[in-house]
Amino acid sequence: MNSQNRKRLRGLSVHAVLMICVVISVFPFYWIVVMATNTSQDIYSYPPKLWFGGNLLTNIQHLFDKMDFFGSLLNTVTVAVCTTLLVLFFDSLAAFAFAKYEFPGKKFLFGLLLAMYILPTQLAIIPQYEIMVQLGWLGTLKALIVPAAANAFGIFWMRQYTSTGVPDELLDAARIEGAGFFRQYWHVVLPCVRPALAFLGIYTFIAAWNDYVLPLVMLVDPSRLTLQVALAQLYAGHSTDYSMVMAGVLLAVIPLVLVFTFFARGFIADATKGALR
Amino acid sequence: MSSSPVAGPAPTGPSSGPATGPTGQPSPGHRRGPGRPGRRVRPVSAVARRGPRRGIARYWPQYLAVSPYYLLFSVFMLFPMLYTVYLAFQKWDGIGDMQFVGFQQFRFLWDDPIFWMSLRNTLVIWVLSTVPMLFMALLLAVLVNSTKRFTGFYRVALFIPSITSLVAIAIFFGAVFSNNFGLINAILKGLHLSAVPWMSNEWTIKLVIAALMTWQWTGYNAIIYLAGLQAIPSELYEAARMDGAGPARILFSITIPLLRPIILFTVVISTVTGLQSFTEPQVLFGSDASTNPNSGGPGQAGLTTLLYFYHQAFDNNDFGYAAAIVWAFFLLILLIVVINWRLVQRKERRP
Repeated sequence: MNSQNRKRLRGLSVHAVLMICVVISVFPFYWIVVMATNTSQDIYSYPPKLWFGGNLLTNIQHLFDKMDFFGSLLNTVTVAVCTTLLVLFFDSLAAFAFAKYEFPGKKFLFGLLLAMYILPTQLAIIPQYEIMVQLGWLGTLKALIVPAAANAFGIFWMRQYTSTGVPDELLDAARIEGAGFFRQYWHVVLPCVRPALAFLGIYTFIAAWNDYVLPLVMLVDPSRLTLQVALAQLYAGHSTDYSMVMAGVLLAVIPLVLVFTFFARGFIADATKGALR
Repeated sequence: MSSSPVAGPAPTGPSSGPATGPTGQPSPGHRRGPGRPGRRVRPVSAVARRGPRRGIARYWPQYLAVSPYYLLFSVFMLFPMLYTVYLAFQKWDGIGDMQFVGFQQFRFLWDDPIFWMSLRNTLVIWVLSTVPMLFMALLLAVLVNSTKRFTGFYRVALFIPSITSLVAIAIFFGAVFSNNFGLINAILKGLHLSAVPWMSNEWTIKLVIAALMTWQWTGYNAIIYLAGLQAIPSELYEAARMDGAGPARILFSITIPLLRPIILFTVVISTVTGLQSFTEPQVLFGSDASTNPNSGGPGQAGLTTLLYFYHQAFDNNDFGYAAAIVWAFFLLILLIVVINWRLVQRKERRP
């Protein structure tokens, strides 16, 4: 009896510690909403307001005066959607070749893929900038989309899934029917790898949405920014008008986080698989 | 051959792929029958040679399939990286002519106190964030693993910071740790403690940046560890408990040794990403170095090496020097990763 009580107490304290960590994890989102729905004066005052206010719409209005929100949103969505679609197509196609075929140089090419995995992008960013100048792409969204249209992680991830998730019998059947490489890809591989594509798609979309460094360097035209760059500039220029800046953060960041929580379970399972290989 | 396959392990037609077919299935079962003669004869190279297509051309669909990545990689990564090496030996403002200066940029780097300070800042922030981050992550993972209820909820809640925009987090931390109007100082005031000038002290600036990184990545690492913990067979724990091992002994004798490969992975990843901190100080302390001589915050305490690199390249247009900085820094990261690797590996060999 006594030991049972102690066991229960230990269980409770485990949950208490975990709950504290959960609160720390999600507290910023709560506090961003508090700041975005009050006035900056409320935030400055002491003691600070700890609950939601009714000033959100006014803050959003101020935000729209100071920042081209919908323009930046459109740019961000364009970059994220185009990058994601291109990555899904190119990575899964390359992964199919790596997973199911032998060809000269395959080992070398795949090894190269692994070696390039963790190279910091900053090593390349100055010449990248110059290349964009030469191509006339500087300041355009192409400068963000094209370099990111295929990546090593995606190929690696898709190859893993393709080699086990696409039955060889199906490919053989397609081949007997006379389907070539690309028709096999389209009719057999793509339907089979959908779960892996879902993860890669969400991953790529979020990464493109949140990217800051490349847009900061490439988007030199202040009237054509992505949300992240526009937000950072808004903060740099109006760092004390918290409620307005936080309204921007709320609109630009929180929807994505909320949408993510719907897919979270499967995504997290895949993310650990991807990390641990 | 492609139009009239012969028996035996001969290659199939050109468009249906290589000789072996799907890996592990080199059987002749999927050769095209003679019922479809000529259907897949490929133009271009095949026409020129007539007869069996040999060599590399046979594999064109595979090469075409993998080419986009390698093409983009060569143009936007490999060539630029090598060009950065070249740039490090030039003096160039991005517009005028380049001027070869030999090792002068590196000599200047060696004598540049701001470069060394940025390195120190980077390393201090990295240690301040990575050590507590990985330690707490392991603890959290053990806790979640010890319970059966709400684990799905915990995992999602702990993971969310890692997919949140870094810019947004930096703005949030800037607001909360603000010297005059921040929540943290308001709480300290409420507890009758004196306010801390978080954003103007050399150490607290680093602390805030490290706290930001810790907040963002602890949960992610915990979930990686959790996946590793769940792979440890529970019989091992039961056996240890039978032998009278306590929770601490179990942690150090079973859990950590078996998690070692995963710990190595997280250490490497945290090193590579943690040393590359840039966005945090860049957003926190304003972007424009030309109008803000204190880039990196008061006393340049938040000036990380990559932020310094960025200023030299895109604010001062000193591309040659920036190239020297970034290559020197990359080699340093490599060195630290190798040292980390060695340290963790050596422990593994010990019984």
